[in-house]
Amino acid sequence: MTQQTAVTLNVNGEAISALIEPRLSLADFLRTKAGLTGTHVGCEHGVCGACTVRIDGATARGCLILAIQCQGADIETIEGVADSGSISDLQENFVERNALQCGFCTPGMLLTADELLKENPDPTRDEIRENLSGNYCRCTGYQSIVDAVEITAKQRREGA
Amino acid sequence: MSHGEMPKLKPRSFEYIRAESLEDVFQVLDEQGDEAKIIAGGQSLMAAMNMRFAAPETLVDVADIIEMRGIHLNGDMLRIGAMSRHSEVLASEDVATHAPIIFQAMPQIAHPAIRNRGTFGGSLCNADPASELPACALAAQAIFNIQSSVGSRSVAAVDFLEGTYATCLKANEVLISVDVPIATANTRTFFDEVARRHGDFAMAGIAAQAEISGGVIGQASLVYFAVSEMALRSDAASAMIEGQRIDDLDVEAVCDALAIDIHPFEDLTTSGEAKMHLLKVLTRRALAALTDGQG
Repeated sequence: MTQQTAVTLNVNGEAISALIEPRLSLADFLRTKAGLTGTHVGCEHGVCGACTVRIDGATARGCLILAIQCQGADIETIEGVADSGSISDLQENFVERNALQCGFCTPGMLLTADELLKENPDPTRDEIRENLSGNYCRCTGYQSIVDAVEITAKQRREGA
Repeated sequence: MSHGEMPKLKPRSFEYIRAESLEDVFQVLDEQGDEAKIIAGGQSLMAAMNMRFAAPETLVDVADIIEMRGIHLNGDMLRIGAMSRHSEVLASEDVATHAPIIFQAMPQIAHPAIRNRGTFGGSLCNADPASELPACALAAQAIFNIQSSVGSRSVAAVDFLEGTYATCLKANEVLISVDVPIATANTRTFFDEVARRHGDFAMAGIAAQAEISGGVIGQASLVYFAVSEMALRSDAASAMIEGQRIDDLDVEAVCDALAIDIHPFEDLTTSGEAKMHLLKVLTRRALAALTDGQG
């Protein structure tokens, strides 16, 4: 076993410390050290988007960054944003529109879509598709996902 | 796998050093040479390590190196720090104004979550033949500022890029920043690529930049990527538009000239013939866009 290093990451507002190997990815850290298995591990080379999390407020691939690179960083996972209620409208619209079936891609889809809606409150369907193009879904055919994001954008604009 | 049990890890073991200064970086590189690898955004390197295409003994993280950060005007150059994240470059008004070819290329680079981590310098140093920024650097005639423990040097894009995943960087050297000559009122640029999914690796792409005034094309570069071992300026096609009046431009002759110095490779999905077809389509689009309203 390689030498282990102590790290502390702020995960969903809670400091999580662990001894880790430098080669442990952030996604594996979250799943095995923080017990947060909502961050899914798919392709592990940056293509599928299932491991998407927020690092210091911006989305990133959990498989393409080492936990040790995130020493002291603020990490938000799907569990964190779900518990805070900050994306509950988006989650409800995903259910309403059947924008998920197996659910493997859904945490990444939600975090990616939420970032788009913060930067662009009135995206076109093409812009939604372009923004979600880094997240694979093998069930839905995407139409319903675009619907859910579009409806959420409209509701947020009307509510604001 | 139950909670707490360790997964099988994909990369080989390595030592991780978070450099606090350039001197820290140089020290590791001087001691370990090729065994050490710099990690910037890691968006290509980590994928390569997860597949064990890359297995460095030591990773040196340059995320905190202040000399490699920032985007600012420096005389008639726009200096882009090597550690600038793609998302920072995309959001920079200076880049949009002074380095339009890079601004146009940015949205084509991968996906938002990748752009939030991936870096300008990292992409250039990785020198993937399908990546956008080497082509932009060639078209804009960018200058690469390189430093080591024994000194610094600046090299032109055409000398920096040497081949597939190959640059002129020696094992002890670090890319610090890139200087892009700022666009003038006469600078016209065009960037486009064809990919199977938005943000995926391109099947063929073009970065074109030209000085146009009084209906006449001056210095011009037609640069092609994702078709051969590295991004390449077609000297033959570029020469055919330089000095030409826009009204006299023979677009099909320019397209035919590509065959003189661009010889597309077949890759996993696309034949060389198909790539040449795409290059001609992109060239027609580029010439139409560059000359639009200039005749």
